[in-house]
Amino acid sequence: MFTAIVTLLIISVVFGLILGFAAVRFKVESDPVVDKIDALLPQTQCGQCTYPGCRPYAEAIANGEAEINQCPPGGEPTIIALADLLGRDPLPLNPENGEVKEEKTVVIIDEEICIGCTLCIQACPVDAILGAAKQMHTIIVENCTGCDLCIPPCPVDCIYIVPEKTETNQWQWPNPNDVTELKSNQDQSA
Amino acid sequence: MTTANRKIFDFHGGLELDEHKSISTSRPIEIAPIPPLLVLPIIQHIGNAAKVSVSVGDTVLKGQCIANSEGRVSARVHASSSGKVIAIEPRSVPHPSNLKVESVVIQTDGRDREIDTSNVGVTQFKTLSTRDIHQRIQDAGIVGLGGAGFPSHIKLNVGEQPVNTLILNAAECEPYISCDDMLMREHAEEIVNGLRIMQYALSAQHCIIGIEDNKVEAFSALQKAITDQDDIELVRVPTRYPAGGERQLIYTLTGQQAPSQGRPLDIGIVCHNVGTAFAVNNAIVDGQPLTSRVVTITGSGIPQPRNMQVRLGTPIEFLLEHCHSNKNDIGKILIGGPMMGYQINAYHAPITKTCNCVLVMHQRDITAAETPLPCIRCGDCNDVCPVNLLPQQLYWHARAQEFDNIQDYNLFDCIECGCCDVVCPSRIPLVQYFRFSKTTIWQQERDKEKSDKARERHELRLERLEREKREKRERHNRKKAALKKSPEQKDDPKKAAILAAMKRVQEKKTQTSAAPANTENLNKEQQAKIDEADARRNKQKESESS
Repeated sequence: MFTAIVTLLIISVVFGLILGFAAVRFKVESDPVVDKIDALLPQTQCGQCTYPGCRPYAEAIANGEAEINQCPPGGEPTIIALADLLGRDPLPLNPENGEVKEEKTVVIIDEEICIGCTLCIQACPVDAILGAAKQMHTIIVENCTGCDLCIPPCPVDCIYIVPEKTETNQWQWPNPNDVTELKSNQDQSA
Repeated sequence: MTTANRKIFDFHGGLELDEHKSISTSRPIEIAPIPPLLVLPIIQHIGNAAKVSVSVGDTVLKGQCIANSEGRVSARVHASSSGKVIAIEPRSVPHPSNLKVESVVIQTDGRDREIDTSNVGVTQFKTLSTRDIHQRIQDAGIVGLGGAGFPSHIKLNVGEQPVNTLILNAAECEPYISCDDMLMREHAEEIVNGLRIMQYALSAQHCIIGIEDNKVEAFSALQKAITDQDDIELVRVPTRYPAGGERQLIYTLTGQQAPSQGRPLDIGIVCHNVGTAFAVNNAIVDGQPLTSRVVTITGSGIPQPRNMQVRLGTPIEFLLEHCHSNKNDIGKILIGGPMMGYQINAYHAPITKTCNCVLVMHQRDITAAETPLPCIRCGDCNDVCPVNLLPQQLYWHARAQEFDNIQDYNLFDCIECGCCDVVCPSRIPLVQYFRFSKTTIWQQERDKEKSDKARERHELRLERLEREKREKRERHNRKKAALKKSPEQKDDPKKAAILAAMKRVQEKKTQTSAAPANTENLNKEQQAKIDEADARRNKQKESESS
């Protein structure tokens, strides 16, 4: 009787120590689900989901505060990927958050008009605008995510949306599914 | 020299196609006239675009470098005739996308003046170091002329990796194309010498020329050009498409397979095209950069198909006019052969380094594209695939856009030869699906890279904002603390100075009030006046204080 109690006590102390050690040694810094969701989001940091960036939105989804259909830049592929990850049903994109852009865009600054007010620099979520007070500003195009957040603060409206430039080596072949559908539509109309 | 004793291995699949080559091999290579305008895109190769080194208004000579290479994987571009640069702007190029590429536009003067290359050429190439040869080939802007356009100086500079076998690809298996065949018939000496230079540059132990057995004249011309001192083996391979595919030719000749996703160099083999060997010879022996190439102009839309030595940058339209092709009869134009070529819509696009054939189809030969029928799982595509893939399996996943699964079926080993398209009874455009899948996967990878970068930049920005806020707060706190300190503390030199000044003033004041300066040696009258005034002041003070 006594030995049994002592044995159990020793075992529980040993395992308790192991668990305690493991909890410290293998501590997970952040929520892995949030990381996984964040990895699927397009990182435009545009705030169209009503959260201040992609990570806060990922946290909101993980906490069940937000739906998975609030990301217009990600569009349908992102919604499907999120639904897959979280085991939820895919939803159509919430129109309140915005529409899917037809093509990828970036912004450019008309440097003739820019007065160097730095307001756009403060708005850019990825520090892709170069400039200083009363100096001309310019966009670092390869870092621009196309979030368009710099456009509303500009007092002289010198920031324009332009389609992202495609080089020949980045060009994508069209989907034959679309091509044949197009053709059969044409045949029907003809 | 040895010939034909080598064991030939049969690669899987492939097709025996109608050749249509003899229509363009009946006449010798013709030198194409100088067009009024030359359009030279700055990217005609795989790798980084070259950087334009001339400006609008400059006069350029034939062979002058007009765009310098950027980084290692890049190639120079040279003017292909003399004239004046009239524009540097995006122009149409032969590419399936119909996108425009930055190009140098030269208005030719018709005199074809050349830069002086008399001192550059070296007849005895062995007097040069291999490094010198690499440099000269790089300076000549030579890229793989078989179609891929990979800069040749990189493929000839393999560093420490040993090269056992250098294979010269003379198979030219695709129907209609005959530019390599004609080049071998007319310039076998130069090609073999080019091969010797390549062998020297690579320190390759052994050379094999693989040529399809339908090119009898080219075979005998090469045979004559190879001497007994050469360690070059001339081997006939069976005519079966795609025998000229790099990996297929390597397997046919050696029985070895280059690893999937790897390079032939991993098994000690390097493969070059005959056109490239010719260009290498010209660059080393004559000191001439790559300014022209042989192009097959053929197809039912051309009255007299032929091969032409064309200056790079010559508009395709100009060549067709020269060949008396009726513009109204043109059904479609393909760059490359009927199997791997692509259709272009911009007929004014120029000939670039990788254009080996312009295939013009007459309007009467164009049949309306038939609507694909459902896949019936017959498996014919599996039987003809030269890479041993399962095209129907790839097709299912491509159609459903399951890009993870499609890579499990080794999509990226597909060489897009088009054999599966030809045999498909349902006429499914299989290669289209594979090209679409490949480019979409690459795009997704680029997107992923970009979003990772954006995430990192966003996090760094948040960190920066936080840091700035903290620093501001700290600055603020320091100031506040400094204000709270008592004024006696002479930490601040300014304050100390002010205090000192105030003290001085105070002292002066007390001195003056204690001992007025002009009150000595007074007479009685004056003293009485002073006393009177003092009494008045005191009185006034008293009345004020009360």
